[in-house]
Amino acid sequence: MTNKPKNISPRRQVLRQGLRDGVPIGMGYFAVAFSLGIAARRAGLTAFQGFLTSALINASAGEYAGFKFIEENAAYLAAAVMTLVANARYFLMSCALSQKIDPDTPLRHRVLLGFYITDEFFGITISRKDFDPFYTYGAVMFAAPCWAVGTALGIIAGNLLPAFLVSALSVALYGMFLAIIIPPSRQNKIVGLFVLIGFALSFAASRLPFLANVSDGTKTIVLTLVISAAAAALFPLKEVPDDEA
Amino acid sequence: MKHNVYIYILIMALVTFAIRVLPLTLIRKKIKNRFLRSLLYYIPYVTLAVMTFPAIMDATRSPIAGAAALVLGIVLAWFGAGLFKVSAACCILVLILEFFLVK
Repeated sequence: MTNKPKNISPRRQVLRQGLRDGVPIGMGYFAVAFSLGIAARRAGLTAFQGFLTSALINASAGEYAGFKFIEENAAYLAAAVMTLVANARYFLMSCALSQKIDPDTPLRHRVLLGFYITDEFFGITISRKDFDPFYTYGAVMFAAPCWAVGTALGIIAGNLLPAFLVSALSVALYGMFLAIIIPPSRQNKIVGLFVLIGFALSFAASRLPFLANVSDGTKTIVLTLVISAAAAALFPLKEVPDDEA
Repeated sequence: MKHNVYIYILIMALVTFAIRVLPLTLIRKKIKNRFLRSLLYYIPYVTLAVMTFPAIMDATRSPIAGAAALVLGIVLAWFGAGLFKVSAACCILVLILEFFLVK
């Protein structure tokens, strides 16, 4: 790290560091959001609706699940439950962060930090010793607009791009999911085992004829809760590792 | 009846906001219940696994290309490639494979 210039306040300095670290995050977000936009287009959303969803929700899996429900014209309650399940990990991260930040952190910073909890922002926030919200805000200032604009452009360009490109780009989202679940599966064999069980049962549920009339979203909720509950009952945690929460 | 997209967005936004912000503003102590802690720990991985497969095979024009992208993504992520690299490699593999597989 270079020496801090004297004329810049520490807060601006921290913000600038965050902004710098937000650039690679934003580039990744843009590509994945574009892929998400293709899913949103399938669900019939306009570019503005996609932008709004991404600006308000900032969650790949949660938004993807929501778009599937919109596509299926599901009940509002089902969409609410699915959002709860798909975004449950942010609840954990928020709990973890509540243990780490300065106890005197004012409410407005708690709300703003919470609003922007994603895998990446959470990751870089806890990577610093001081958990300074302004560092996170710097990254958010660059990366969050990438996410929202990427979604809108995915919806617009999904109509313009040739089918072979849409097909290729649509897997970016799943690539991101894999990048989230595979490293912990390598570290923790039990997580890996239940990821495999998730793959297997999800495949079975999609092919079994007597489940043909059950929507994909409902299957996701039921499978997630049943498999996770089995994992929690059979292999309860001794101590939650904060950094992986 | 076709539901309103804006109401869906509003519901999703409110639920997500509550999940993210309530613990950070209200909880000042560790969650004690062991089953609940364990459940919350496993849910993210399981739900992403369930959503990834077999959906990745239905997202591409050729299911074989989707399956190949799944395998490549798992291998790359296993050996430590980041989010951006894994996603990009999966896209490129589908692009190349479908050049041969889809007429």
